[in-house]
Amino acid sequence: MNASLAPDNIQPTSPSGNTLLEVDQISLSFGGVKALQDVSFSVEEKQITAIIGPNGAGKTSMLNVINGFYHPQQGQIHFKGLHRKQMRPHEAAVQGIARTFQNVALFKGMSTLNNIMAGRNLKMKKNLFWQALYYGPARDEEMRHRLEAEKIIDFLEIQSIRKTPVGRLPYGLQKRVELGRALAMEPDLLLLDEPMAGMNLEEKQDMCRFVLDINEQYGTTIVLIEHDMGVVMDLSERVVVLDYGRKIADGTPDEVRSNQTVIDAYLGNN
Amino acid sequence: MYYRESGDFKTSYQADNQFISVYQDKILVSIIIFLFWLVLPLSVSEFTFQAILIPFVIYSTAALGLNILTGYAGQISLGTGAFMGVGAYSCYKLVTYFPEVNILIIVLLSGLFSSIIGVLFGLPSLKIKGFYLAIATLAAQFFLIWIFEKVAWLYNYNNSGAIEVPTSTSFNFVVTGPSASSITKYYIVLIICSLMTLITINLIRGRFGRVWQSVRDNDISSEIIGINILHAKISAFAISSYVIGVSGAMLVFFWKGAAEANLFDIGLSFRILFMVIIGGLGSVLGAFFGAFFIVVLPVLINVVPQFMGLAVASETVEHVNLIIIGSLIIAILIIEPHGLSRLWSIGREKLRLWPFPH
Ligand SMILES: Nc1ncnc2c1ncn2[C@@H]1O[C@H](COP(=O)(O)OP(=O)(O)OP(=O)(O)O)[C@@H](O)[C@H]1O
Ligand SMILES: [Mg+2]
Repeated sequence: MNASLAPDNIQPTSPSGNTLLEVDQISLSFGGVKALQDVSFSVEEKQITAIIGPNGAGKTSMLNVINGFYHPQQGQIHFKGLHRKQMRPHEAAVQGIARTFQNVALFKGMSTLNNIMAGRNLKMKKNLFWQALYYGPARDEEMRHRLEAEKIIDFLEIQSIRKTPVGRLPYGLQKRVELGRALAMEPDLLLLDEPMAGMNLEEKQDMCRFVLDINEQYGTTIVLIEHDMGVVMDLSERVVVLDYGRKIADGTPDEVRSNQTVIDAYLGNN
Repeated sequence: MYYRESGDFKTSYQADNQFISVYQDKILVSIIIFLFWLVLPLSVSEFTFQAILIPFVIYSTAALGLNILTGYAGQISLGTGAFMGVGAYSCYKLVTYFPEVNILIIVLLSGLFSSIIGVLFGLPSLKIKGFYLAIATLAAQFFLIWIFEKVAWLYNYNNSGAIEVPTSTSFNFVVTGPSASSITKYYIVLIICSLMTLITINLIRGRFGRVWQSVRDNDISSEIIGINILHAKISAFAISSYVIGVSGAMLVFFWKGAAEANLFDIGLSFRILFMVIIGGLGSVLGAFFGAFFIVVLPVLINVVPQFMGLAVASETVEHVNLIIIGSLIIAILIIEPHGLSRLWSIGREKLRLWPFPH
């Protein structure tokens, strides 16, 4: 379980001490189901934070609240020092929050390249007139962004599937393309919902390497949900543990691992 | 393996973003363009112009417009006929008020009106999807036809209740009206159709194409990458209705010569929709395939008995025609639900690998 998946030459960066995201007493319920109850935690800039917990603990709901997909009944989200109660997902995107989904949610009919290019949509400004003309400013812009997309393609080592419609790709690669699309947004905060679920050992190792590299090279703050404790221990500097919608622990991987409540709730029955 | 992409390396992203990237395809497209721009217009008869070439080009334009909305942006519409009508009636009114303005400009302007109407009736697409949206556009269809019939101002209070295309000239050529020659009309619709095709291709390969397709494929992910769904859908309705409106203006001004409201009825909407489905959703080429299939093929089948010197009653030919076209539609949709353009690309893929099976 603790087999090291991450290459040992890459160490997580040390915390810089600035809070990027603060989750403040969030409560969310669906009818009678209390998905989240009074959950608070904070995420430091440039850190990798993991959210763990048994099935149905409210992990995905937490991410959905952070990127404006669910609107909590109580509590607030502070991001980059600005606080907000409600926000649409595309506003969250504008503010610099990107995410991937537990079940891949790609644009199936589009190629890998176009999925990643779609991620750069917010950065592209040329209007309808120039787009219809294509030659000139629109093409220059397209080529500039294409260059960035190609960097991501190289980084994720998916050159060979550049032109393949993503619906035809195997699951592992789809997850990688989805990560690419999120990266293309050049986010300040990257939310990854079980990025390694359903992958074999090799694919998991690759994914771990990508996550660490993203954090290291681009300085992106990452919040990820993961079930594999080995992965969590290797990747994250902070771990938040949820159980039945409540936060039961919060700390470094070692602290969490030795926490009796956590062992009872989560590790115990694993 | 004469037909291939391998060995055809792109050295820049610009070259890679070209719409037609295989060398052999370029030759093929050049031949087709040459055919339609020079060979055909200089060699065919009056009948061919009127029964095949002009309607083919106009319907292709309409199918292209609907394909933007339905094929690329994934929004279904049964109001195409009425939106073509908006283009035609706007064109007629503009010609009435500004008789001195060049008709080409008037036709291109009339698309703006259908664009606005298209956006208005496209607004419900934000809340409703699929089947329900189809019903909403169907309501638009009936409502607009009713307007075309009831508002006499639209047809200048003609007793016939129809719009009749006046004669107009452009650069000393008679371009509309009964005295305009078929070849002139053909070149005009060809120019406009080419313009619409270029604009569509350019939009499709850029940001707008991606935005539309992302909304079609997954609206939740579209939102989380910062796409404004409202803008995406509205722009698809606007551009699509623009092209459709222009095609409607062409339909009346360069082909029919006159029109009543019922020309734009639900039957026309379905005809265009069939073209898009048969040709291939989300394919520019598919719009042309579809128009060929629905507009040209029946004419060709009709003249076959004549060619073979058979004396068959024209009614019989008509019926046989319907049967043939109907069964072909079903056959194609069974063989390849993605339409003729997909069959075409599968064929290409086979060719590329030939003589190897995989
Ligand atoms: N849209 C929704 N409508 C109703 N109930 C929901 C909705 N989303 C989540 N829930 C409920 O909220 C609770 C938490 O779900 P959530 O998906 O956040 O769990 P999770 O920790 O991500 O679990 P898993 O490990 O299985 O992914 C569950 O009981 C779930 O049924
Ligand atoms: Mg989950």
